[in-house]
Amino acid sequence: MSTATVEVPALPEVHYLNVNYGWRSWLFTTDHKRIAWLYLVSITFFFVVGGVAATLMRLNLIEPQGSLVEPATYNKLFTVHGLIMIFFFLAPAVPTVLGNFAIPIVIGARDVAFPKLNLLSWYLFIAGGGVFLYAVISGGVDTGWTFYTPLSTTYVNTNVLSAAMGIFISGFSSILTGLNFAVTIHKMRAPGMTWFRLPLFIWSMYAASLIFILAMPVIAITMVLIMLERIFHVGIFDPALGGDPILFQHLFWFFGHPEVYILILPSMGVISELVAAFSRRRVFGYSFVAFSSVAIAVISFLVWGHHMFVSGQSIYAGLVFSALSFAVAIPSAVKVFNWTATMYQGSVSYDAPMLYALGFIGLFTIGGLTGLFLASMAADIHLHDTYFVIAHFHYIMVGGAVMGYLGGLHYWWPKMTGRLYPETWARLSALIIFVGFNLTFGPQFILGYLGMPRRYAVYPPEFQALNVLSSAGASILAVGYVIPLIYMIWSLRYGPIAGPNPWGAKGLEWETSSPPPTHNFHETPIVTEEAYAYGARQEAHVA
Amino acid sequence: MPEGPAPALVAEQFDDIIQQRDAASFGMWIFLATEILFFGGLFASYALYRSLYPAAFAAGSHLLKVAYGASYTVMLICSSLTMAMAVRSAQLGRRKPLIGFLVLTLLLGAAFVIIKLRWEWYGDYLEHLVPGVSFAPQGEALEVIRRFGAPLSHVALFMIFYFVMTGIHALHMVVGVGLLTFLIIMAYRGRFVSGDFNTVEMVGLYWHFVDIVWIFLFPLLYLIGGRY
Ligand code: HEM
Ligand SMILES: [Cu+2]
Repeated sequence: MSTATVEVPALPEVHYLNVNYGWRSWLFTTDHKRIAWLYLVSITFFFVVGGVAATLMRLNLIEPQGSLVEPATYNKLFTVHGLIMIFFFLAPAVPTVLGNFAIPIVIGARDVAFPKLNLLSWYLFIAGGGVFLYAVISGGVDTGWTFYTPLSTTYVNTNVLSAAMGIFISGFSSILTGLNFAVTIHKMRAPGMTWFRLPLFIWSMYAASLIFILAMPVIAITMVLIMLERIFHVGIFDPALGGDPILFQHLFWFFGHPEVYILILPSMGVISELVAAFSRRRVFGYSFVAFSSVAIAVISFLVWGHHMFVSGQSIYAGLVFSALSFAVAIPSAVKVFNWTATMYQGSVSYDAPMLYALGFIGLFTIGGLTGLFLASMAADIHLHDTYFVIAHFHYIMVGGAVMGYLGGLHYWWPKMTGRLYPETWARLSALIIFVGFNLTFGPQFILGYLGMPRRYAVYPPEFQALNVLSSAGASILAVGYVIPLIYMIWSLRYGPIAGPNPWGAKGLEWETSSPPPTHNFHETPIVTEEAYAYGARQEAHVA
Repeated sequence: MPEGPAPALVAEQFDDIIQQRDAASFGMWIFLATEILFFGGLFASYALYRSLYPAAFAAGSHLLKVAYGASYTVMLICSSLTMAMAVRSAQLGRRKPLIGFLVLTLLLGAAFVIIKLRWEWYGDYLEHLVPGVSFAPQGEALEVIRRFGAPLSHVALFMIFYFVMTGIHALHMVVGVGLLTFLIIMAYRGRFVSGDFNTVEMVGLYWHFVDIVWIFLFPLLYLIGGRY
């Protein structure tokens, strides 16, 4: 496979991208690597749609009385933005693109356990996304991504039905993906690839899969109940008919909080890979980091009540949920400490993926710490439903998860395409994203602390300066996202040939050719050493 | 009847048939776990409303016909037995009994669905017991509700859960009947009896799961409120 000429690496003659051509070879593929591309294109599309909605919101908020849209339209914008970003962009992003591409290669398998099911997941995703887009076009939805009852079931007359249907269908896509990954990780590892030799990305993906498996069915049945209530006008959640709207919140957040860990866990796994590869050191405290992923998955199912402190839940329940929410911060902090400890005395190089990783660590820490403010009941009474919450979850989801996704995409891009992206541009855009992000969402902490509520198209004039700052930051952020889109497409054709291991990183995926053959390896690899076996430090950068 | 050579039975991503079998059954168990969570949302909601409105739930239960519920239970338990026999026949490589037991299972399952829709639910409809479609209990039904002193809207909540829970269960039965039809056709063509019985086993797991759900639904819906 890899030629002896170190100087000018060449693309392998046959690889998964050129074994066959034509739309059939893509739409009916069962190759996990090609399915990853199908997802990459689809979620990028959804990211753009969600981004347009965000842009319109930020434009509107430049002026206190709202500069652009009617309040009713604004409601639709934030609902569509939230639903798309969560269900159709971020939840699938790392798992279905990077996970699909990398998991089988990283564990030394030829494919996932159920390749056809994998393709079916994508079709379900597209079907769910299509139904959801129909909801958006045919009048939109304006309930917020949380679908709170009885607003969503009784009072609004927008397209809740098809939106819920879209979420329901795409939920099954996620369930099948989680199932496929869990089985793959259990049953498809190469000989010698024991659990404690697995790269930490796999541990995180495993934990995230568990959440997919156990949380998505709950939102699916909840959406069924919402749909039934709207179709038949029965009172499942309608207090006027004896129904209990708080029950809906319990069901929703029993899914909803684990869902946010679906968003962050896979990215945490990516960061472990990046930190090790670009510090040339084994991740400090490997087993702590591995088990922290599992701990997060487990505890995340026990904290949903922290979204309901002011919903009339009993104060004792609130106390327990508050304490458990503090507990979930522990395994998250373990990761942050261990990543920084890994860099300590490592030989750190600042390639673009590492810049994203560093961004992740800082921004995730801010997002996580402000989460603790919100998990304290007294503070939350003031902060609930303000921009403080918006800032908190964007620090985690955009500052954390999206950064991790972009870092991982850059890291594995040479493997996916066989070509390198332009490094200077990549570093530049990582920097722009970091700056733009902080300018956008940093001021929102202050706005929320000062009492500006979320989900309003207008606001008192004294909040204008910070809102303009936020909108200005958003435009910088947008530039930061557009640049990679351009140079990555450019690199598909013109990028320099990468060779099998451009980073000099450890891991099975770097031992096969770039791009890999259809079945990933010419011979089943046999694993004889632990993950991240970076020996003496001099070894770095030999290639 | 003799099928292709063994290697053709192993999909290319697997090393051997053992790995393939392990993966399939592990996947199936995970799928059943997701099903438990799916039904779990319904059971949890049921539990909440039953504890909020015990009288209405007791009254609602009295509106259901136990004879139906009991006969479904018998039918499903029998069908689990025949399904288990089908799996055993496949493992032993015996084609005729395999087909026979699959057909029996299918008949029991189909009978369940048909009786439920054609007689039980249609009867409920005629008695105006279907919330959202036609809910105006009369005569004896109304008496029962009065006797328990339950508000109509709360009884309607019980009926909603009755229809949604048994409805989703029935939907699973329909899927099961579809799977059985597929198995029967394949078995007829000679599949499943040369060591490749895995698919039959998987459908069997699914079928037993759906039966077990019913074992919970029956008492929770038909037998509560001091009825027996
Ligand atoms: C990239 C991933 C992103 C995710 C996953 C995400 C997620 C969310 C979610 C879940 C909501 C809440 C929606 C609701 O409660 O109905 C929201 C609201 C919002 N987001 Fe994002 N978002 C992302 C990116 C962005 C970007 C890039 C911007 C700005 C440029 C932005 C600006 C906003 C604004 C203005 C709101 C509405 C606040 C309100 O009125 O309540 N988001 N986002
Ligand atoms: Cu939460």
